[in-house]
Amino acid sequence: MADKPAKVMICRHSGVTRITHWLNVLAVSLLLMSGLQIFNAHPALYWGAASTFAEPWVSMKKVEVGGEPRGITTVGDLRFDTTGLFGWSGAEGAREQRGFPAWATIPSYRSLADGRRWHFFFAWLFVINGLVYWLWGLARGHIAKDLLPSRAQLRPGHILHEIVTHARLRFPKGEPARSYNVIQKLTYLLVIVVLLPLMVATGLSMSPGFNATLPGLIDLFGGRQSARTIHFLAATGIVLFVAVHLVLVVVSGFWNNMRSMITGRYAIEATGADGDRA
Amino acid sequence: MSLDRRRWLSGVGASLAGLWLAGCDRLVANSTFNGMLKVAEKWTERAQRLITDRNALAREFAPADISADFKANGTLRPQDPEYVALLAENFASYRLQVGGLVDQPLSLTLADVRAAPSRTQITRHDCVEGWSSIGKWKGARLSALLDRAKLKPEARYIVFHCADTLDPSATDGAGKYYESIDLIDAYHPQTILAYQMNDATLPVRHGYPLRLRVERQLGYKHAKYVMRIEAVASLDGIGRGQGGFWPDRGYEWYAGI
Repeated sequence: MADKPAKVMICRHSGVTRITHWLNVLAVSLLLMSGLQIFNAHPALYWGAASTFAEPWVSMKKVEVGGEPRGITTVGDLRFDTTGLFGWSGAEGAREQRGFPAWATIPSYRSLADGRRWHFFFAWLFVINGLVYWLWGLARGHIAKDLLPSRAQLRPGHILHEIVTHARLRFPKGEPARSYNVIQKLTYLLVIVVLLPLMVATGLSMSPGFNATLPGLIDLFGGRQSARTIHFLAATGIVLFVAVHLVLVVVSGFWNNMRSMITGRYAIEATGADGDRA
Repeated sequence: MSLDRRRWLSGVGASLAGLWLAGCDRLVANSTFNGMLKVAEKWTERAQRLITDRNALAREFAPADISADFKANGTLRPQDPEYVALLAENFASYRLQVGGLVDQPLSLTLADVRAAPSRTQITRHDCVEGWSSIGKWKGARLSALLDRAKLKPEARYIVFHCADTLDPSATDGAGKYYESIDLIDAYHPQTILAYQMNDATLPVRHGYPLRLRVERQLGYKHAKYVMRIEAVASLDGIGRGQGGFWPDRGYEWYAGI
């Protein structure tokens, strides 16, 4: 306690990064939950252009097992009893047939029309916000300077080292903490360059109007039902990213991280004494 | 992390999640907020119209792509007395009425419709629920029928009045199915009144005798059991005024997405 290293405050995140980050949090959360509402209207996934109703590759449904309703989720040939979560959920005695449970959807009760209204409004916010971030990031060099890994960072030895220190929940201190480490850079790039744009592209591919505008896009994904499947998988990827992201935010200095994403100010130790390499 | 802190954090997390959900449900019920969300429908419609050629075609498929399990939704067999009576006599006295803001109202037998300029297309039907099925449709081109009826210049929408009551509980007279499209979609080359599906007479569950195909929009725009076509300047005063059975119940009138 007595021997705390001196702290210096650095400007970690620019105003544009901070504003677009929180707008993105809002939009993605609401898109996810309204998206699950939309999914619930037909809780099954297929590959190809059209649905093969007898053979979805994923489905969530209510099935009578021994005279008792159960929630059954299938993935390929696998079958899981997911009563209470997928297929058949709600308070004991007031259970209902639905893909995802009430606490995961907007609105909580079943309403495809409301889910769609929320989804398409916040999709506009998501796209405009994403474009602002992208254009600013490219123009001002944020993406090139802060997110593209350096050649040295891409050496297998360095990546391995970072994976090991991450797994031990040891994070850079001092000077190396000024910039993102290689795992952060690659993960953020995966989300910003691949997952989030993939959500927009697969989402637009499900629009029959947009299919006529740009037929090549839906072909790229292998048809409308494949696009719906990839939309779902990419959303799952985003959920996984957010889960890991939140854990790391908490364990690598919750208040410091929160302050830096709200005010921009991030504290690092003044002495560069640590074992990490930039 | 200490146990107390962990308990505190999870308590805060659960409370925030509860507040968030309750807040969202209250916003869903808030008409001002809903009105705000609804503007996105107009943005989507304008954006799609702006970047899409009016005659850009929906994808057409090969015969091998036709779905063996094409799903039917909505009314599967109308119980309305008028329809039941017509079906009993195989629609011999059926007349498709084309009226409203036209100079030359039409009254067409099924034979007349089948003799009109037609188009055949194998297209994908996308239900608002998320599933898709591929079918082959043959039908009368709507543009040719509208040209024959001579639209008045003030006509802006084409309304399709159907035979089926999908919501018998509606006490305001808005329980019958209907849909409407604008003139861009009405004159689109793939917009047809289908009387054949997969080379056979259109089955009752898919809309016999006539079903609208408006290929760049979702399934609920594809009105089944079409009895009367009306050209109008405004959608006010029809049903609940939103331009269709499902739009009257919260769904978008523009169903291109």
